[in-house]
Amino acid sequence: MDREKPVIVLRNVHKSFGNLEVLKGIDLDVFKGENVVVLGRSGSGKSVLIKIIAGLLKPDKGSVRVLGEEIDRLNPRELQALRSKIGFSFQSSALYDGMNVRANLEFPLVRNRRDLTRKDIDQAVAKVLEDVGLSQTIDQMPSQLSGGQKKRIGIARTLILQPEIMLYDEPTAGLDPVTSVDINELIREVQQLYSTSAVIITHDLTCARSTGDRLIMLSEGRFLRQGSFGEVFESADPKIRDFYNYNFITKT
Amino acid sequence: MKAFFLRVYAVVEFIGRFFREAFVPPYEYKEVLNQFFEVGIRSFAIITLTGFITGLVFTKQSRSSLAEFGATSWLPSLMAIAIIRGLAPLVTALIVAGKVGSNIGAELGSMKVTEQIEAMEVSSTNPFKFLVVSRILATTCILPVLATFMGFMGMLGAFLNVYRNEQTSLATFFQAAFARITFLDIYVLVFKSAVYGFTIGVTGCFNGFQADQGTVGVGRAANTSVVVSMFLVFVEEMIIVSLVNNYLK
Repeated sequence: MDREKPVIVLRNVHKSFGNLEVLKGIDLDVFKGENVVVLGRSGSGKSVLIKIIAGLLKPDKGSVRVLGEEIDRLNPRELQALRSKIGFSFQSSALYDGMNVRANLEFPLVRNRRDLTRKDIDQAVAKVLEDVGLSQTIDQMPSQLSGGQKKRIGIARTLILQPEIMLYDEPTAGLDPVTSVDINELIREVQQLYSTSAVIITHDLTCARSTGDRLIMLSEGRFLRQGSFGEVFESADPKIRDFYNYNFITKT
Repeated sequence: MKAFFLRVYAVVEFIGRFFREAFVPPYEYKEVLNQFFEVGIRSFAIITLTGFITGLVFTKQSRSSLAEFGATSWLPSLMAIAIIRGLAPLVTALIVAGKVGSNIGAELGSMKVTEQIEAMEVSSTNPFKFLVVSRILATTCILPVLATFMGFMGMLGAFLNVYRNEQTSLATFFQAAFARITFLDIYVLVFKSAVYGFTIGVTGCFNGFQADQGTVGVGRAANTSVVVSMFLVFVEEMIIVSLVNNYLK
């Protein structure tokens, strides 16, 4: 991790939907090579936060700087170029239903790297599939894959452009505990193999502990506490205790 | 009432975005061709069959009335006027609205609620250009072709009935049929069909892009796409026919 090089910098970010203020002045620095986990209950603003980082939503107030670029000031073409350096793994995997695994993986590549030959594309597809351990699924349709396989293919689709930043939205949501562990390991492997920095949004403490270098607790649009897993959950703040106890009780 | 006007404003904005993005590179040639295939080739069978049956049945139904006046020789020209001026573009538009409009609404709606559109956006692809512009261009360009083909099939259906009753040759039938048809009728058929195609494409894409509330929203998007586009096609038919009859004839 390089503490000198922040790849994501958020300052005083506010976001509201109608009268509901979802983010209330968020400051965040994510450093090169670091996995930051943002924890919080449903509706705490976690997904809104990474959608703002990816430029899918605009903040009402505050600044968002990603890889040195102020997102608000980019024109659509510059934003597209920046997005090719950001991988976004969606909660629902968001695989294109009408395309098989090969076409899903090729899609970002053929649209962003028009200089590549057919052979280059085939090699890149084979490599990412091997990296996520699903080479045998290349000709399958998304409907033929299990939930865990869909997550892996979704991650592979983002890796094909060799992003510098990965954004994971609830990577283990809806998966059984064994598959969740596999996905957690994959997130760590991606960090090492592709030297990515990542923001991981989750409410799963096992996922947070396994994948995060730093944890941030988000509650009611504000960061309550941040640090290592131990540092965050040694807090006596009732909201953090409740969150921890809820996870502990439901897991056991 | 406010919600209605807000929706109308959103549609106008959507159409404005279509014109802004359709003519600015990069162009999605491959996806446009793909949609031409989806809209055109996949609708050909039903258009062929429906056109033929429409021509056959209308000729059969009109025969008895004309026979009372000994005017069955008017059947070819009467059918040509009915099919080319009215039935071909209208029936084609209704079939395409049902088949393609619902498909567009459901497909884009499903992509919206499962985050596939956002996934496209973060893959550095403009989803509006890739999904919306290509589909609207396809429906706008293909509908005139389908309507013309339906007109031809309708005339073949009409010919079959005339041939069985009067043993008229194909050449004589078409000569009689096109005696009353002008180039203006053909231009209007092409123009009307293009307008209907644009309407069906915009309605399907708009409703799909606005879908929310999971699978309920997808069903609603598909349903609204069909109902609204069919209604708009009838309204446009009325306006275009009035304009043509009042100002061009």
